[in-house]
Amino acid sequence: MQALTNKAQAVNRKPMTFLERLYLINIIKGMMITFSHMFKKQPTIRYPEQKREFSPVFRGLHVLNRDEEGRERCTACGLCAVACPAEAITMEAAERTDGEETLYREEKYAAKYEINMLRCIFCGLCEDACPKDAIYLSETFAPANFTRKGFIYGKSDLLIPNPLTEAGAFAEAKGVEA
Amino acid sequence: MTILSLDLGFIIEKLIMIAIVVFASLGIALYTTFGERKVAAILQDRPGPSRAGPFGLLQPLADGLKLIMKEEIIPNAASKWLFILGPGLAMTASLMTCAVIPWGSAVDVFGRHVELQIADVNIGILYVFAVVSMGVYGIMIGGWASNNKFSLMSALRAASQAISYELAMGLALIALLMTTGSLSLKTIVEQQVQGNYWNVVYQPLGFLIFFITAMAECNRTPFDLPEAENELNFGYHQEYSSMKLGFYLFAEYINMIMSSAIMASMYFGGYDLPFFNEASVAPNIAALIGVGTLLIKIVLFIFLFMWIRWTIPRFRYDQLMGLGWKTMIPLALFNMLLTGAVILAKL
Repeated sequence: MQALTNKAQAVNRKPMTFLERLYLINIIKGMMITFSHMFKKQPTIRYPEQKREFSPVFRGLHVLNRDEEGRERCTACGLCAVACPAEAITMEAAERTDGEETLYREEKYAAKYEINMLRCIFCGLCEDACPKDAIYLSETFAPANFTRKGFIYGKSDLLIPNPLTEAGAFAEAKGVEA
Repeated sequence: MTILSLDLGFIIEKLIMIAIVVFASLGIALYTTFGERKVAAILQDRPGPSRAGPFGLLQPLADGLKLIMKEEIIPNAASKWLFILGPGLAMTASLMTCAVIPWGSAVDVFGRHVELQIADVNIGILYVFAVVSMGVYGIMIGGWASNNKFSLMSALRAASQAISYELAMGLALIALLMTTGSLSLKTIVEQQVQGNYWNVVYQPLGFLIFFITAMAECNRTPFDLPEAENELNFGYHQEYSSMKLGFYLFAEYINMIMSSAIMASMYFGGYDLPFFNEASVAPNIAALIGVGTLLIKIVLFIFLFMWIRWTIPRFRYDQLMGLGWKTMIPLALFNMLLTGAVILAKL
């Protein structure tokens, strides 16, 4: 049979020499190897105190964006829901009434916007589909929860804090965000 | 009546010493479990237990507490009394060994001259052998009383392993006894303190055999056939829970400490600190330095045990028996012959 790679090695069937049969030398060699590992750097990351950095392209939890004046950007067009391969996004649109101009950027907005984090595959297609730059994937991941319901994130979980009224929280959220 | 002539001070002195030695060995055993986990971790490039207390130092206490809090389970089909007797016997036998180990020379406290040894029996080594052989009863009874085929097989393995390796151990010791001419551990240590060299210089092969057989007696990897997890689940302590399991695990560590102490005493000068003149300091301080020296030697031996455990894989059963009967015993006999020849040539 022809070898697929040239990595194959013939088994050495030579009888062991006396020194090899003593085993002691080889055991000491092995012990030296384990001893040298005492001085090696430990790759352990002590989790709650230390965290491993995500890669720059990491896609985490979604964030619903606001514009500079603190108005929600989302117009509930539904393109993200259409783009979503996991069908994790549902929304209900509503029309802006008079006096709500400071809350919503355009005449239509999402009254309800829910993402099921158990369905979501964090592919980022919603981010690509959005014509209004309203949805982004951040660098955090969904924390554990006790119920399945807890993984359905509504608007209150997704919306970024208002930059005008909650400047501190907004800056913090921005910092976490890519 | 000699019993009536024993003075009270002597009894109190011995009782205090027994208490100190027993509790000290329990405490050391507790921290040996921690040391084992830490050594294993460091040899495998990981931090090991580090959460409980500073550097994880409270971990053994947490483990002990956990073992005590667990439910005591005695299987229906088990033979109840033997089931309880097993771990107790294992623990007792391993603790009894410490009676003849000379922990230091002697101290003068409250006007009494106190030898730092519970009993200087003139057949100390024979006593150690007798007690160590008793230890296997703990495993055998526990394994048999569990009424579990894996436990029974493991108990059989433990018994045959102990018998096979005790022979070689005894033969290796005979060569040592030929050079020292005494069975008392105290005398053997004193000879090394006064003499130029430790016994390991005269008996390197004997020490090697003794060390390997001691490892087999303690059921330590590479000889931990009785608790081979992947063939026998958990071996003879399969059915045990709570502190009865704790006793078995503890007994193993105490055995390790005791065999380290015996090896240190017989081959590495016991409480003798090399290149140090004991007469240059007060006798009490010299005795304390001696105790410290012996403890350091014990810790080094325990580290060696652990280091070997985390380096070498387990033997196969036929290899174990082959090594015991076909290598260790002939080698020990040869060592005896050699020692005898050298002694004769010197005469």
